[in-house]
Amino acid sequence: MFLIECPWCGPRQQIEFHCHGEAHIARPVDPDAISDAEWADYVFNRTNPKGVHYERWVHNHGCRRWFNVARDTVSDRILATYRVGEKAPKVTP
Amino acid sequence: MAKYSIFSLIRNGLSYHRNWQRAWRSPEPKPDYDIVIIGGGGHGLGTAYYLAREFGVSNVAVLEKGWLGGGNTGRNTSIVRSNYLWDESAALYEHALKLWEGLSQELNFNVMFSQRGVMNLAHNLHDWRELNRRVHAIRLNGIDSEILNAQQVKAEAPILNVSQTSRYPIMGASMQRRGGTARHDAVAWGYARGADARGVDIIQNCAVTGLDIRNGRIEGVETTRGRIKTRKVGVVVAGHSSVLADMAGFRMPIESNPLQALVSDPVKPVLDCVIMSSAVHVYVSQSDKGELVIGAGSDLYVSYAQRGSFDIIEGIMGALCELIPMVSRLKLMRQWGGIVDVTPDRSPIIGATPVEGLFFNCGWGTGGFKATPGSAHVFAATLAKGEPHRLAAPFSLDRFRTGHLIDEAGAAAVAH
Repeated sequence: MFLIECPWCGPRQQIEFHCHGEAHIARPVDPDAISDAEWADYVFNRTNPKGVHYERWVHNHGCRRWFNVARDTVSDRILATYRVGEKAPKVTP
Repeated sequence: MAKYSIFSLIRNGLSYHRNWQRAWRSPEPKPDYDIVIIGGGGHGLGTAYYLAREFGVSNVAVLEKGWLGGGNTGRNTSIVRSNYLWDESAALYEHALKLWEGLSQELNFNVMFSQRGVMNLAHNLHDWRELNRRVHAIRLNGIDSEILNAQQVKAEAPILNVSQTSRYPIMGASMQRRGGTARHDAVAWGYARGADARGVDIIQNCAVTGLDIRNGRIEGVETTRGRIKTRKVGVVVAGHSSVLADMAGFRMPIESNPLQALVSDPVKPVLDCVIMSSAVHVYVSQSDKGELVIGAGSDLYVSYAQRGSFDIIEGIMGALCELIPMVSRLKLMRQWGGIVDVTPDRSPIIGATPVEGLFFNCGWGTGGFKATPGSAHVFAATLAKGEPHRLAAPFSLDRFRTGHLIDEAGAAAVAH
């Protein structure tokens, strides 16, 4: 994982980026209506898959914009990068 | 089990060391066990050992997908200490340290536990205040800890650059003299030998492929070497905890990150304590062979590849050359990575899960090696009795629901 394809800047070195964990985690619409266990699941639990992981990265030493990455956590190969708001692409490791 | 002693060494020496008994058997798995431990690292083997020795449960199998101690047990920097801030952590890690102190005698296996002292450096005013607070809190818990000023730090480790004009000036350090290092492989082997001698079956090259759960209760495990029936399972698989939890059908508050370490070429003795700096995220000690053993920070992304990013190595080696200028003349011989299971509060998870009979011991993150005997002991007690050991109780999975977190993320002696 030495080059990361920023959706705005193109391929750049990994050290320009920072990973901010799992993507596509939706905040519960009405926190008061859910149980403590459901809230804990939202705040603390993570998919942490051995395989394809959809995650958020920020190009902090470049355009400073956020985007999403689909990466195989076994090989660290980046399978796709896409902009925030776009649907997660279907990829195979 | 043949006892190791000076006499057995001489006797075997006379026969050119050709007749040593093998340290543990390599049995075929039986169809059922009282307890199955998944994961043959130090924590898992230790759990089996204490189950057999202290809790009278010897119909136990330890399943290991690779070889014993080939995961994080063999991939750490082997530092042992108990200088944790919060009462719950202090009690648990101190329990472990006390077991370390008698472990070689207990196991009749030299784990080379060397209480050479662990020094945590402070580089700025914030570090220094935090360090003072922590040392006093640790002392209130009855754990040895002292404060050293810059001159005393220099006296302990003359190779450190303590100049106030250096890039990372050293204001002082905390020192736990009972802390130190141990030989990581020997810990796994010693526990394996002790457990095997008490009837535990250690089964290597046996990966778990599924968990047999019926009506919310564990009934067995599916493995690459067939199905094994059991009504109690202890999962001690570190970085793969989420994978096992996924098989069981629940989610864990864990992310798996690569953590790297490296060793230099061997040099004459230059360092007789452990130096840790959380500000630059480097830990260094000198092995008995003379290599400097250097630990790095973890990569902040999920990965199961047992290697890390090159920029982490570059970052810590740059910092280490500033802290210890002689390092710039050393060559690095080996580098490796382990997959650490990191929880949101940087404290472990020990105990029951939503599945009856299924227990997890995980989340030790970047600092599990030091806890090996304590972790194994409290987990064995928890498995044997079906209820958490007194020291393990605060570390339940349920704490993420109740909110009783043990937040060592900013409190432990190192940043995570």
